[in-house]
Formats: sequence, C-alpha cells, structure tokens
Amino acid sequence: MLLQAKEVTHYFGGLCAVSNFNLDLEPHELVGIIGPNGAGKTTVFNLITGVYKASRGSIKIDGVELVGKTPNQITALGIARTFQNIRLFKDLSVLDNVRIANYSQTKYNPVEALFHLGRYDAEEKRMAEHAMDLLAVFKLQDYADEASKNLPYGLQRRLEIARALATNPKILLLDEPAAGMNPNEIGQLMEFIGWIRKEFDLTIILIEHQMRLVMGICERLKVLDFGATLAEGLPKEIQNNPKVMEAYLGEGGDL
Amino acid sequence: MTNQPSSIKNWIERLGALWEKIVSNRKLLPILLVVGLLFSFAIPQFGLLNQYVVLIMIYVGINIILSTSLNLINGYMGEFSVGHAGFMAVGAYVSAILTTKVIPANLAPWLFPLVVIAGGVGAGLIGILVAVPSFKTRGDYLAIVTLAFLMIVKSVIENIEAIGGPRGIPGVTLLTTLPWTFIWVVITVWVIRNFVYSNFGRGVLSIREDEIASDLMSVNSRQVKMLAFVISSFFAGVAGALFAHVLQFISPRVFDIVKSTDILIMVYLGGIGSIAGSILGAVIFTILLEVLRPLGMWRMVLMPLVLVILMIYRPRGIMGLREFRWFVPGYDLFASKIWRKKKEAKDASAS
Ligand SMILES: Nc1ncnc2c1ncn2[C@@H]1O[C@H](COP(=O)(O)OP(=O)(O)OP(=O)(O)O)[C@@H](O)[C@H]1O
Ligand SMILES: [Mg+2]
Repeated sequence: MLLQAKEVTHYFGGLCAVSNFNLDLEPHELVGIIGPNGAGKTTVFNLITGVYKASRGSIKIDGVELVGKTPNQITALGIARTFQNIRLFKDLSVLDNVRIANYSQTKYNPVEALFHLGRYDAEEKRMAEHAMDLLAVFKLQDYADEASKNLPYGLQRRLEIARALATNPKILLLDEPAAGMNPNEIGQLMEFIGWIRKEFDLTIILIEHQMRLVMGICERLKVLDFGATLAEGLPKEIQNNPKVMEAYLGEGGDL
Repeated sequence: MTNQPSSIKNWIERLGALWEKIVSNRKLLPILLVVGLLFSFAIPQFGLLNQYVVLIMIYVGINIILSTSLNLINGYMGEFSVGHAGFMAVGAYVSAILTTKVIPANLAPWLFPLVVIAGGVGAGLIGILVAVPSFKTRGDYLAIVTLAFLMIVKSVIENIEAIGGPRGIPGVTLLTTLPWTFIWVVITVWVIRNFVYSNFGRGVLSIREDEIASDLMSVNSRQVKMLAFVISSFFAGVAGALFAHVLQFISPRVFDIVKSTDILIMVYLGGIGSIAGSILGAVIFTILLEVLRPLGMWRMVLMPLVLVILMIYRPRGIMGLREFRWFVPGYDLFASKIWRKKKEAKDASAS
C-alpha cells in the first residue's frame, strides 16, 4: 500500500471540517474525491500535505507517518499537489517556477552556492536542463523566460502541474484541475491526466466538481459531505447511490 | 531647424544601440573590475581626486554593501527588517575593539581584512539569535523583532563602560581605504549574486511570492530564511567595520533607527529584488545626501518625502525585480537558449 489514511479528523475551532477520513491507496490508482461545496475536500489535501496538522488520526506513505511533518518534508517524501486557486510564483519566470520545485533534490550545500564551488555548476546545469525538458513535455518551453503571471489561464494550470511533477512525486493531488474549462478543454484534460499518470508513473487523487471528468477517469470515488464520508465505491455505484443524490440535490447539482 | 526632433530621436536610438552593445558584451565586466581596482589604488596614491571626493566614494561603497545586503531580506525575500543599523553596530564595535584594544597598532593595517571579517562574523552570529525567534512561525514578526533588537543593541552598548558606554570609542585608526572598500563591495555583490542565483536564492524568491506554495514545492523555508538572514547580517557587520575605520569614531547614537531608515530608502529607491537597484540606490542616496547638506535639518524631511513619493509612483523602486544583465550568471541568463541549441543539435544529428 502506498498511502494509508486512518480516521483522520480535523477541527477548525468548533467546526469539524473532516471526520474519520479513511483511504487506502494502491500504486497507480486514480481516486476521485467529490462532494458539495465546503464538504472538506480541500482540507483533506491540506492534511495530507501537512499545511494543517490533523487533530486526530494517522496518514502514512510507504509506512512513514506524515502527521507532524512539515509540508516540505512531506513533499520530499513524494507527494505533490496543485491548488484550487492557482498559486504560481507570479513574478518569477516559468523556468524558475519549475526549478524551485527541485529544491529537495539539489545536491550542493550553501557554501558551494555562495562561492560557486564544487558541485554547484554541474548541478545548476543539470537542473536547468531537467526543468526545460519538463517544460517541453508540457509544451511550455517557449514561455520559459516569461513571468508566470503573463501566461493565459489554461497554461497557468498546466504549469502548475509541471511544477508539481518537478518535485518528482509518487502521488499527485489535483484540486479541481478542470475549474474554469469548457467541455472541449475538459476532454483534453482527461486525456492529459491519463497520459501523465502513465508517463510519470503516478498515483493520483483528484478533487473535481465536473462529473463528466470524474466519472470518465476515476477508478474509485469517495464522497464527502459535511466532513464525513458519505459513500465510496466505483463511479457507477456512486452514481446510483440515493444518499449521494440527496446530498447533491440539496445544492441543485446533478450526477 | 525642422528636422531637429528627428535628429534627437536618431541620437537616442544610436545611444540605445550602443548601450545594448555594451550590456551584451559580458567580457567587459571583468575588465572593468580590474580597471576599477587599479583606479582605486591610483586615485589616493597620486591624488587624482581631492580627499573629499575620495571620502564620498568610500561612503558610496559602504552604502552599496548595506543596501545590497538589506535587499536580500526586504527585497528578495519580501520580509521587513529595520535592524540593519544594529548589525552594523555589532560589526563596527567588534572591529573597533580589535584595532584599538587587542591588535598592536603597527599590525592593524595588515590584519585589517581579518578584522573586517571578524566584524561580519560577529554580526552574523547575532543575526542567528535574531533569526531564530523571528522565523519560528509564519507572519510579520521580523519588523517587530528587529526593532526590538535595534533598541537592545543600543542600550547594551550604552551600559558597557569598558567599550565607552554612551560616549563610544574615539580614536579609531583610519584603515578603510578606497581599495579595501572597492574589494569588499565586489566581494559582497559577488557573494550575494551567487546566493540569489542558486537553489537557496530561488527559495528566497519563492517565499516572497507565496510561502505556502513554496513549502509545498519542497523548499525548506526555515533553512532558507535563516541562511539569507545570516548572510545579510554578516555583510551589515562588514559595512559596520569599514564604517568605523573611516569615521574614526563610533558611538551607539551613530547606529540608530535613522541609519536603518537611510538604508531602507536606498533599497526602495534603487529597487527591490535587484543588485543593480541596490547599487543605484546607494549611489543616488549618498550623492543626494551630500548635495542636500546645505539644507541641514530639512534633509530629514526631504528624504522620507522622496521615499513616500517613490512608494506611490514606483513602489518597487527604479530597478524593481529587474536585473542588469551582467549580474546574472551566463548559464542562468541563457538557460533556455542553451537548452534549445543543444536540442536542435541533437535533432539534427538524429535525422
Ligand atoms: N483555514 C480555515 N479556517 C477555518 N475554516 C476553514 C478553513 N479552511 C476551510 N475551512 C472550512 O472547512 C470546511 C471545509 O472546507 P474545504 O475548503 O475543505 O471544502 P471543499 O470541499 O474543498 O469545498 P469547495 O468545493 O468549495 O472547494 C468549510 O466549512 C470551510 O469553511
Ligand atoms: Mg476545495
């Protein structure tokens, strides 16, 4: 088992944002998390990546406990993510955005950096090349020197995924990657996610409101509502689950 | 007469082309450095410029060291430190104590480089003490902690009789020469540039842009902040040591909040997140200060006013977040080009 979350619970003051969340993730799985607004989906990502420390419960990757570790340690252990609202380093170049994500893999120390000694040169060259290669995979190489805030919205989303992959993750967490996309773009995104999963040997957890995307590519779904796990299973089972339909009918959505 | 505007335009274009030619010739920088070093020896040696001008040049150099090092924290990292004068004080006192009380006078000129380094190390160590509580948690504690630090430094010095208390240390030997100033400016700029264009420096930038995202991209923000702060305070200490040995008299009052404000003005005037900006800010500020000297106290009103106007119309300063090409390492500046060329070569050999 790659990732194991056990009875993860989190409170914001008196509000229980996530309660008793369980997840067993096998390598190469693609699991979706759905649920109405405010259900606690993003909070689950924030707990896994260490942005918040779980009030209770345990999260393990390859048997290593993550609760209590800092976000940078957790990322270095192989979990990367994107954000619901894009959080690129706006004023920095596209290349720098990707290079920064290489931080934990760089093999020179501060003294070598300050005086440009030892491994510095070779590492910098390797990093720049690696970052450019990655950008090329995402067809972003021509924007390398552009400030990331100047990219069109769709490319910013793509860059965010590229940046996450630069941390060399085993698990990729995507928070509403289709937000703001039209049906045509969503179709492309579905293919794209399938492709990076194979190409980068990834296990993916996906939060999404777009049912077409979720039903189309997720192998397994978890439904959250008010922090609790309402249902889980194959997309088909979820689609016909009366409890789920009720939760969504409350906000006028349809499955 | 009628074609005058177009001839002016012509001239501007020509100047622009010349500038572009100069800037893109990267071999000029090392040549200029050597020429600069030779001049820094020759000017005082042969009395090429009068002593007042030489003194101003030394102050410009010290101010470049101060603004470049503060820019690392306030510009590149986007935090707000007001403690730079405090670190300067530590460097000034450590070095002045060494040259007036420890080292025999005849050896002092020879050991001066080590004395300056000692001043920097002293300030750097104190920098660690300040950084630990400041960066323990996220948030804007740095401004408050550094302000407190500034006051503590002042009252600690005032209360140690052995180093002159509030009266300070008089009779510090004049050891800061133009060549030494030049060399320390070059070292400062070179080291800080190296840092900025490294993994750690990019970490500093990403913290300014979005600290949470930075952590989630595996940047060890605690480590990066500590490093940046220690480097910054080290060079403030270096500047303090140079300052003490040109002013020849130091007292706690020299290193008050006004001094910190001066450095802040240089940083925000020249431009945040830019070495060229730091240099420009220091040059403009130091010269302006001299030009406005007849105004006396009115200077104190005018300077902050300049800062306010700048903050409104050009909040990032003259060079804000832009860098002069010479200061960017070649493989960084041309990273995408180098990669493209390599790839084209590879594609060509494959087909
Ligand atoms: N930092 C915070 N402090 C206090 N409450 C929070 C915080 N973050 C989230 N919450 C609350 O926790 C609950 C779950 O929020 P979360 O962002 O996880 O929902 P979500 O399922 O991602 O919703 P959406 O689909 O709108 O993105 C909400 O009630 C939200 O208001
Ligand atoms: Mg959310």
